[in-house]
Amino acid sequence: MRAVHWVTRHLLGFYTFLAFVWLFAPIFVIIAFSFNKPKGKFNTVWQQFTLENWAHPFARRDYTQALFTSLKVALVSCIIATIMGSLLALALSRYKFRGSGLVNILIVLPLTTPEIVLGASLFTLFFDRNYTLGFTTVVIAHIMFCVSFVALTVKARIRGFDWTLEDAALDLGSPPLRTFRTVTFPLILPGVLAAALLSFALSIDDYIITSFVAGDSVTTFPMQIYGSTKTEIPPQVHVIATALLFVSVILITIGTLRGLAKERA
Amino acid sequence: MAAGDDTGQRKGRFAPYGLLSPGIIWLVLFFLVPMWTLLRIALSHKPNPYLPNYVFSWRWSNFSDAVDRFRPELLRSFEYAAIATVLCILIGYPLAYYIAVKSGRWKNLLLGLVIVPFFTSFLIRTIAWQTILGSNGFIVTSIHDLHLTGLSDAIGLTTRGAILNTPQAVIGGLTYNFIPFMILPIYVSLEKIDPALLEAARDLYSTPARAFWRVVLPLSLPGVFAGTLLTFIPAAGDFINAELLGNTNTRMIGTTVSQLFLAESDYPTAAALSFIFMAIITIAVLIYAKVLGTDELST
Repeated sequence: MRAVHWVTRHLLGFYTFLAFVWLFAPIFVIIAFSFNKPKGKFNTVWQQFTLENWAHPFARRDYTQALFTSLKVALVSCIIATIMGSLLALALSRYKFRGSGLVNILIVLPLTTPEIVLGASLFTLFFDRNYTLGFTTVVIAHIMFCVSFVALTVKARIRGFDWTLEDAALDLGSPPLRTFRTVTFPLILPGVLAAALLSFALSIDDYIITSFVAGDSVTTFPMQIYGSTKTEIPPQVHVIATALLFVSVILITIGTLRGLAKERA
Repeated sequence: MAAGDDTGQRKGRFAPYGLLSPGIIWLVLFFLVPMWTLLRIALSHKPNPYLPNYVFSWRWSNFSDAVDRFRPELLRSFEYAAIATVLCILIGYPLAYYIAVKSGRWKNLLLGLVIVPFFTSFLIRTIAWQTILGSNGFIVTSIHDLHLTGLSDAIGLTTRGAILNTPQAVIGGLTYNFIPFMILPIYVSLEKIDPALLEAARDLYSTPARAFWRVVLPLSLPGVFAGTLLTFIPAAGDFINAELLGNTNTRMIGTTVSQLFLAESDYPTAAALSFIFMAIITIAVLIYAKVLGTDELST
């Protein structure tokens, strides 16, 4: 009887543990296979341990080049989308105005539209206007789907923000630009940074929309990988994925710790 | 918004429109206008089958033709996405519940751990599942070594002793890749529940199970609703899982649309198919909202 009680009490914990094992299974595989010495072109069967892949992470020129293209696309679209999205959030949470409901709907719609439809519709637009597909069209598409994410993230973060602080600064004679720089901006900054990180991550990982608008002249990292899965999976893919994972985990940890430290102070 | 005045929210005349204009112009130019173009092409026909060009001609039959031609892919997409969404709830709800209610001071760490796997690329995660589920992977070799192939076939885990390149693998991949979008909204809605409500239930002699059914579950439904939308819509349109983990008989609508556009250049059919796909999703979402009784779509 006591054993049954013990089991039921720990059942949920055990279930959670299993769920985490499942969540991390592919991650362990990716990390492990970055140390694998594959036989043949596919790094999908464990052969033997080696450090060679980590010694030559950029051995495959085509993959490295694609990675840099992705970083470039992500950086440009992240900056533009963060600015435009934050302004949208600022306008929506700070002002009462006609048409704000419509603006809200316009922001949410792209998020509830399947990616293939977003990609397909942009493809038809560019085809219809005889616009050559390439770096610019990829950036245009990435900004489009990031803007909504940024606007919603920043809006959620600054909900309930006390805008009278701005009035206080203005009343005390601070010029509007200075008020923005010293009062408004520091207050919205955490939300803006979180949104920027999110849109960078979304942009660098996107395949479906990008595949429609990239054309033949641009190859992003996900396109390079997807395009060659039928012919090869070099271990450098696993090395780069592991490295990117660690960089983002470190960034997130620093951000969280700084946030916690601020809360305590 | 009644509280608007308390937080100093202003009535703007021009300032809000100035702040809005860059983002709104972008969304109009690169979201609404493309949708309009797609709709026009869906009603066009191709005068020459060998050229991608099209002529607008109110051709409504494109829609019925597209459904007739691609019915299996359409049905399969919604079937796989629906099963994956249910699995996401079954796995994600207890997990979110444990983190929100039972984890104490480990809460933030566990929440972080839920998100960490998704900082690796979608594609590489899916390739890792190829390795795990493949014929040389741990799961399949264990089943073979234990001579349990018959049993695992019978319970639907494997198809003739294999997992990779089966519908099970595709559904598993969809479940895995979209589960954070289920866990996080459920977590948020559970986290918001006032513990005093549970105390009240206990004081009124409710059993924990009854308190869960009558108090916690109803209050967490908005999270389940949001999570369902956020997993079902992208899962139905995804083709990466179907392509990397499935076979030619598990093809989903995403592959079809993509091929019609990029390989076959049959834009009118592809556009019509995209619209049908979106229309079905919209109807499904509205029915689901009605059934669940959640009117607060915006929260």
